[in-house]
Amino acid sequence: MSRADVCVVACAEAFRGDGEILAAGIGGPITTLGARLARMTFEPDLLTTDGVCHLTGDDPQVTEGWLPFRDHLWLVLTGRRHVFMGASQIDRFGNTNISCIGAWERPKAQLLGVRGAPGNTVCCPTSYWIPRHSRRVFVERVDLVSGVGGPLLRRVVTDLAVLDLRTPDGSMRLASVHPGVTVEEVVAATGFELVIPPDVPTTRGPTEEELRVLEALDPGNLREAM
Amino acid sequence: MTAAEVAARIESGMTVGVGGWGSRRKPMALIRALLDTPVTDLTIISYGGADVGMLCAAGKVRKVVAPFVTLDTIPLEPHFRAARQGGAIEFAEYDEGMFMFGLLAAAHRLPFLPTRAGLGSDVMRVNPGLRTVRSPYTEEDLVAVPALTMDVALVHLNRADRRGNAQYLGPDPYFDDLYAKAATSCYVSCERLVDSADLLKEGPVQSLLISRTFVTGVVEAPGGAGFTSCEPDYGRDEAEQRRYATTPWREYHDEQG
Repeated sequence: MSRADVCVVACAEAFRGDGEILAAGIGGPITTLGARLARMTFEPDLLTTDGVCHLTGDDPQVTEGWLPFRDHLWLVLTGRRHVFMGASQIDRFGNTNISCIGAWERPKAQLLGVRGAPGNTVCCPTSYWIPRHSRRVFVERVDLVSGVGGPLLRRVVTDLAVLDLRTPDGSMRLASVHPGVTVEEVVAATGFELVIPPDVPTTRGPTEEELRVLEALDPGNLREAM
Repeated sequence: MTAAEVAARIESGMTVGVGGWGSRRKPMALIRALLDTPVTDLTIISYGGADVGMLCAAGKVRKVVAPFVTLDTIPLEPHFRAARQGGAIEFAEYDEGMFMFGLLAAAHRLPFLPTRAGLGSDVMRVNPGLRTVRSPYTEEDLVAVPALTMDVALVHLNRADRRGNAQYLGPDPYFDDLYAKAATSCYVSCERLVDSADLLKEGPVQSLLISRTFVTGVVEAPGGAGFTSCEPDYGRDEAEQRRYATTPWREYHDEQG
């Protein structure tokens, strides 16, 4: 069991209970494998895509539907999509930024633009995958709110831990640390004050069945590049 | 028409919508022709890629209206970044879904369409002209996305006939039909000009995305989306895109001759 396996399972767990909605992953194999792993094990009704405009079957080579960009945007408005997005910055209430660093009027670094983040986060459940948990990403204040925090934010999975907003004031909580990671490490890598429960559990690893499914889904071990 | 003839119809200060998405099926032959004109101060409406980047690099742009500018496999568009970081352009930054409603409003000749996308985000802060509207049925406040009307739309499709009936053969229409309907004039470039009688030989009737009633002129431009993708005629030329992204603009543009 590797750190990447733990991260894939933590992403898959985000989709538990989602039913017949699109499980979408952005940012590489960890999130897309998480979606497929959930579908192939405990959440069989999930829809998945090839990352372009095909809805894929249990066998990813099979096409079971058509989802061009316009339908993707419409799907978002119906709430039938749960996406793992990336974030260049995220704050304690789960507001995220993928648009630019510095003042918007004249940014130090122009990034992607807000893309679909504003709509995704007010219409659909949203989770985040942050491959490098650091104070550069976990900041007191994001420079621009692309994605809106709040009750639709399900979980934030990083290379160190799982976080969520299940606190009375909706601020970010350490939900679990990955095997071999200490609470202190996570706190040190976070630029705002995290809510730390008295007993922080360890993120679960894959079951034997899940490992078997993962091997079949990713025989080349692309997930290890994270 | 030729690409140069289309470019000659575009005047300084105009608003130009560009079809495609990111680095996919962009009307690059028409964009490159526009680079060779003295036109300036354009407002560009686009799910942006190298179209926005090149026009920014060439100093043609006053304002960009977009939810993103990206080359897909190269996430950040270098010339758009330089223009933003240098303060050379204005930017109206929209959510992707908001942007679609702006196109739909313009295509339906409506002043705006409401949506939830954008609420609560800084899109509302950095676009101070954006207003919200109260639903008369549910008392809910929604973003009133203004119509993205445009003087000219430029799109690239796989096939078209001489009169402007245009067909996509790839898996995604993107939003090219909406651009055509939203614009005062729409110019279509295509991989291959065909007889009307041959349009249905390669695709079903549903692939006839744009009707001639919305098209002012047609240009036959084989390879006219390159280096962006134009499935199924060709994929993205990744090597050429990398060269574009890593070569200083002046040098890259001069080499194109």
